Amino acid sequence: MRLSPDQLIFWQHGFFKLNGTIVFTWGLMLVLAVGSKLITRKLSTDLKRSRWQNLLEIVVTGIEKQIEDVGLKHPEKYIGFLGTLFLFVALAALCTIIPGYEPPTGSLSTTAALALCVFLAVPLFGIEEQGLGGYLKSYMEPTVIMLPFNIISELSRTLALAVRLFGNMMSGAMIIAILLTITPFIFPIVMTLLGLLTGMVQAYIFSILAAVYIAAATRTRKPKPALAIKT
Amino acid sequence: MDSITIIAVVSIITAGLTIALGSIGPALGEGRAVSTALTSLAQQPDASATITRTLFVGLAMIESIAIYCFVVSMILIFANPFWNHVIAGAAKVAGK
Repeated sequence: MRLSPDQLIFWQHGFFKLNGTIVFTWGLMLVLAVGSKLITRKLSTDLKRSRWQNLLEIVVTGIEKQIEDVGLKHPEKYIGFLGTLFLFVALAALCTIIPGYEPPTGSLSTTAALALCVFLAVPLFGIEEQGLGGYLKSYMEPTVIMLPFNIISELSRTLALAVRLFGNMMSGAMIIAILLTITPFIFPIVMTLLGLLTGMVQAYIFSILAAVYIAAATRTRKPKPALAIKT
Repeated sequence: MDSITIIAVVSIITAGLTIALGSIGPALGEGRAVSTALTSLAQQPDASATITRTLFVGLAMIESIAIYCFVVSMILIFANPFWNHVIAGAAKVAGK
């Protein structure tokens, strides 16, 4: 009983292993990058545009609106990171339809890597917005005694991000695998549909939580004087 | 009972108890969350987008507690380090 695509080895040469996680991750990256490149080769701004461009515009404006709703005033600064997170996790879940595919987010390595990206991005965006001193001072709010708790909460929510996504994707794959040995025909299809739904919800949750953490880190705490114009 | 049997019995019982007890709390919490969300949706249908989004985020946070219990249970059944250790030891003894 395979716990994650890490144990599915395609090719091995000494120390280097090409396991399922790596292959599927690179496959997803290729699909996203090549697909976007092909669609955005000829962008048109008049009323007649290709349906693929329409699809991308719906996705991008949807994500922008969500980022703005969370409280980030200039979504174009963050949509590169947050949009990529959402699209990667969502596509990883959607491709479960393809037979023989296992979502790479069902491996703790992938989800830990994504959570680490968020862990690094939050201070980076916070420092870019508030300056190094301002961001570090935010750890001591509301009092200095809260400093260790703020640090612990920073670490624990990163861990929670990783384990939440891993647990959801792994449990979906595992339930389908177990059901295939018990009732092979109809029920696994129903569980695959449920797995698709939870995959999309988890993709949304991951990116919204990342947006909320970034918003918390970039929130201006004191009203800035009117002369300070940030570009 | 030797250590292999003890480890197997305790792992199985703990795995079952973990997921059983670990699903009670999140289920109750999610029920209360959805019921409050429905009440506020009925009172203010205009804010349905915000309420729905906040509800989903809250549900995911609550659900992750159940997911932690599920992951521990799966580790106990499928990737149990103590079981692997004693099985490796028994295989070494049998092979000698």
